[in-house]
Amino acid sequence: MSDRLAMEDRRSSRLPFPAELGALVAMALAGLLGYLVFPDDLAFLTRLIGIVFLVLSLDLVTGYCGIATLGQSAIFGVAAYAVGNACLAGLVDPVALLGVGMVAGAVMGLASGVLVAKFQGLPQLVLSIAVGQLVAAMANKLSSVTGGSDGLAGISPGPVLGIFNFDLYGRTGYVFSLVVLVIVFVILLRFVRSPFGLLCRAIKDDSLRARMIGARVYPRLILMYGISGAVAGIGGALTAINTGVVGLDSVSFERSAETLVMLVIGGAGTLWGALIGSVVFQIFEHYVSAANPFHWMTILGLMLIVVVLFAPRGLVPLAVSVVDRIAPRLGGKS
Amino acid sequence: MAATRLEVSNLSAGYGPTRIVSNLTFEVAEGGRLAILGRNGVGKTTLLASLMGLSTHHDGTISVGGMNMTGLKASARARAGIGYVPQTRDVFRSLTVEENLVTGLKGRTTEALEEAYALFPRLAERRKHFGTQLSGGEQQMLSLARTLMGKPSLLLLDEPLEGLAPVICDQLMLTIAKLAESGEMTIVLVEQQIERALDFAESVMVIERGRSVWAGECGELRSDRKIVERLLGVGLH
Repeated sequence: MSDRLAMEDRRSSRLPFPAELGALVAMALAGLLGYLVFPDDLAFLTRLIGIVFLVLSLDLVTGYCGIATLGQSAIFGVAAYAVGNACLAGLVDPVALLGVGMVAGAVMGLASGVLVAKFQGLPQLVLSIAVGQLVAAMANKLSSVTGGSDGLAGISPGPVLGIFNFDLYGRTGYVFSLVVLVIVFVILLRFVRSPFGLLCRAIKDDSLRARMIGARVYPRLILMYGISGAVAGIGGALTAINTGVVGLDSVSFERSAETLVMLVIGGAGTLWGALIGSVVFQIFEHYVSAANPFHWMTILGLMLIVVVLFAPRGLVPLAVSVVDRIAPRLGGKS
Repeated sequence: MAATRLEVSNLSAGYGPTRIVSNLTFEVAEGGRLAILGRNGVGKTTLLASLMGLSTHHDGTISVGGMNMTGLKASARARAGIGYVPQTRDVFRSLTVEENLVTGLKGRTTEALEEAYALFPRLAERRKHFGTQLSGGEQQMLSLARTLMGKPSLLLLDEPLEGLAPVICDQLMLTIAKLAESGEMTIVLVEQQIERALDFAESVMVIERGRSVWAGECGELRSDRKIVERLLGVGLH
């Protein structure tokens, strides 16, 4: 038995972290494709990446821990405002600003987690909405910090690594965002398979059973909220850095709801689901709203109904199950 | 973790204000094997749940290895060395067999996995399967193996053989006996298959309406068929 395990370990050690390497290559290729195919839409693709972080962060708490929340954009927005203010105060290094966003997001995530993770079901959902609304109201009132309804403008970060200036075409912003996304995504792929990540999934499956194996459920959920906040914070930071402005839409309820929709489309509980759901939704929204400005919401609603009817667990789990069904047949033929 | 002594004194417990077990007092020595027998609904599962901190404590004390467990939550009791395999064979359904086993473990997991697979070779064959894809027997093996990954000093088994085919029961009891012989844990077994329970245990306690009505050595109970028939409603071969 131990020989077999050792043999499998040796086999897997030939290529360390194959899933992560695969993800890295796939995302780099997809990013390159985006750069080549949509050279005039790089600003859109860069904004899209910012939102991908938000959806990933939601997946960590909702998909992996089973926490119902509609207040995730509050974390994203707080981080974006923190980065905007830091930049206006003179901290212009984009990497340092990312750090500011990450820390602000983590702190906001932990604070939200302390409240929201204490409860389950509807009270949890209502609390998450309340936190989001509270942050949105404060963002509107504290205009000296947030710019109020005018937004926080004039955010002008310095060159990346002191070399690459943010250009008008958005090339630097796009590449910078893509690199950060690939790094964070690969780290998250490892993280969700770690004993801690597995424990979070176990808590989602059966929190009582998790307690019976010695898990401290509430602290674990708060910690996951903090990590999720850091991820959302990176998204908020990238959005502030790339757009140069942070508005009230960053903390809006609509953004939280949209984020949940993107996660449902892609498939909750899988990082690829969060990634693909957010990309599909935003590209669809971008092009359909441009093609039909009057009825795009109707078309979007129809698309959602179709997805939920035919792929209730999301596009990625659907694709995986289709591949699982087809692969043995193809293998049999060959 | 080495086997620990279980001492229960005047334990009363239940669910909410309802008392299910009352004034139970018993001890199991380090490495000992106690079988708890009784008809359906007499409070055997509630007793194990109260030892694990999953029911409402009314009165009395529970001590494991000299440490008072009475006010502790289930997660703290698990960390203190109590392993509980519930009747419901709880496995984490969205995790694979291997993920179920390593969930929450700290440090290197390879050695712990090797030990688990050595004890349950069937699980090694099913390591990539999800909890939902396992048979009842395999789920029971996984539930037990997962509990053993925490290296408990006191193992509580609630009807581990329920609903399993005789051949699987034999395999499982052999494994449990192997664990008991290792002397690394004290075992409390609740079981409806009385013959198997008496074959396994050293001492036995019979519960009726939440109270202990008979306690002693297994041999003693075996030899008194009238008591067995009166208290348990079955005959022994």
